[in-house]
Amino acid sequence: MNAAMNVIEFDYVTLAHGKRKILSDVSLSVPDGAFVGLLGANGAGKTTLLRAILGLLKPQAGRISVLGREPSRGNPLIGYMPQTRRLPLHSGLTGYDLVLGAAGGHRWGWPVASAAEREAAWQALELAGAAELAQRPLVQLSGGERQRILIAQALIGEPKLLLLDEPLISLDAGHQRAMVDLVRNVSRELGIAVLFCSHEINPLLDAVDSVLYLGNGQAAMGSVDEVITAPVLSRLYNAPIHVLRAEGRIFVMADGVEMECDAHSHDAHTHDHGDAHAHNV
Amino acid sequence: MTPTHTITATPMLTMFDYDFMRNAFYACTIVGIVAGAVGYFLVLRGETFAGHALAHVGFPGATGAGLVGVSPFFGLTTFTVLAGIGIGLLGERAQRDVAIGIVLSFALGLGLLFLHFYTAFAGQTTNILFGNVLGIDLATVRLLAVLGIALLLILLFIARPLLFASLQPELAEAKGVNLDLVSVLFMIVVALATAEATQIVGVLLVFALMVAPAASAMRLASGTRSGVVLSVLLALVTAWIGLALAYWTDWPTSFWITALGAASYLLSGLKAAKWRLAVV
Repeated sequence: MNAAMNVIEFDYVTLAHGKRKILSDVSLSVPDGAFVGLLGANGAGKTTLLRAILGLLKPQAGRISVLGREPSRGNPLIGYMPQTRRLPLHSGLTGYDLVLGAAGGHRWGWPVASAAEREAAWQALELAGAAELAQRPLVQLSGGERQRILIAQALIGEPKLLLLDEPLISLDAGHQRAMVDLVRNVSRELGIAVLFCSHEINPLLDAVDSVLYLGNGQAAMGSVDEVITAPVLSRLYNAPIHVLRAEGRIFVMADGVEMECDAHSHDAHTHDHGDAHAHNV
Repeated sequence: MTPTHTITATPMLTMFDYDFMRNAFYACTIVGIVAGAVGYFLVLRGETFAGHALAHVGFPGATGAGLVGVSPFFGLTTFTVLAGIGIGLLGERAQRDVAIGIVLSFALGLGLLFLHFYTAFAGQTTNILFGNVLGIDLATVRLLAVLGIALLLILLFIARPLLFASLQPELAEAKGVNLDLVSVLFMIVVALATAEATQIVGVLLVFALMVAPAASAMRLASGTRSGVVLSVLLALVTAWIGLALAYWTDWPTSFWITALGAASYLLSGLKAAKWRLAVV
């Protein structure tokens, strides 16, 4: 990969679920090694965008290029941390089990890990600062500690691109900061580009090289100062938006109500498990 | 034969001296292993209702078999496998449980209709619904063994992606696991296991062997590997003791197996609660 290459390129991409268009005619590029904050309201299409990059959703129109190729499912160069936290807490699994499961989980056969897979799992756990936590059952870990395990999963196999879907959800301010620092440091150290999905810009302010803001079927990409502005956000929210800055924080307001805060009522522990079996957590 | 001889060696008949009891124990052993192993993944995936439904769909297969002149077990297995593929293809769709439930009740109704046309079979109905392990012959034991080995081999083949897809479906999909394929293959395994389990406990009671031991094991064991092993052991012990109790009490085997299943689930709950208190 040459130095000038973009890890992600969208050329007039339209993404849709059936007839419902999520993004229309979006063009953007993420340079190699960049830390990009992916922002937008619930339902703005953040997860959909990530799924398209993963090759799980074909664009209705336009062309996507990821690491110089068309997106393809199971690309080992992409590390992914999905949003749904349906972690199997009831089965006594440890963080190490979970990370190891991701190391070769796509191959057929009985789950016996190879030496190389065990090595890769430990390496990823070390990188995520989760080696100490790895042997404890997930059920005993705090939210922040579990997130570290999931970051370790995403780091398996020396990825060139990390796609993190809402890693900050349900974390308090201190743990949010620790999570952002962790990802920032790892990505710098290894030269990994990051697409860091979040409801709120403030925890990411010191870390991001640029932001990609989704809304109203459109996308705006650039520096924080270029994108988080009243005109750009008014276009993306299709409503008059005010942007206030105070004490190094940014407040996005519509009709005097802060936009990004209500998003945190989202409960990360809600899971769509329709079953009634042993949830003895 | 001298008279003294008869006095010293009074024939002590144990349950293993009867062919039907030996066959029943063989069948229980095969089905215990199969149901325990498959059941663990079924509980892990939260698809126990699907397993329950598959057995019911087998009912018209068994009663309809007589109409077309094939064996009830063949008819039952064919129906459960077809239904398994259908459920697997439905995936995690919303309202899946509703769809399954409607098909389940329709299947029982259809089974009733077939009985209406083939009244000679009506005497078998109770056996199909509640099981008749004491009526199993050696040929059926062999069939159970062959099917059991086949389905365990498939389970072995899909175990790793199945586990990954069960624990973290979104991540597994992104990593290249074909969720639909894994789901369908697993449901075929469940269908075969269900068909086997109905031979012991019948269509209505497969939960006792497929779910109760697995759910108990999941509460007690830490980690998946020890969970599968414990699930198999519990299913085996449940089936064996149930059979022995049936021999001694002359009560139905299926009753004892369901009672033991319920007891193991209850006890595992108490045990797990105690452990949790100890942890806190």
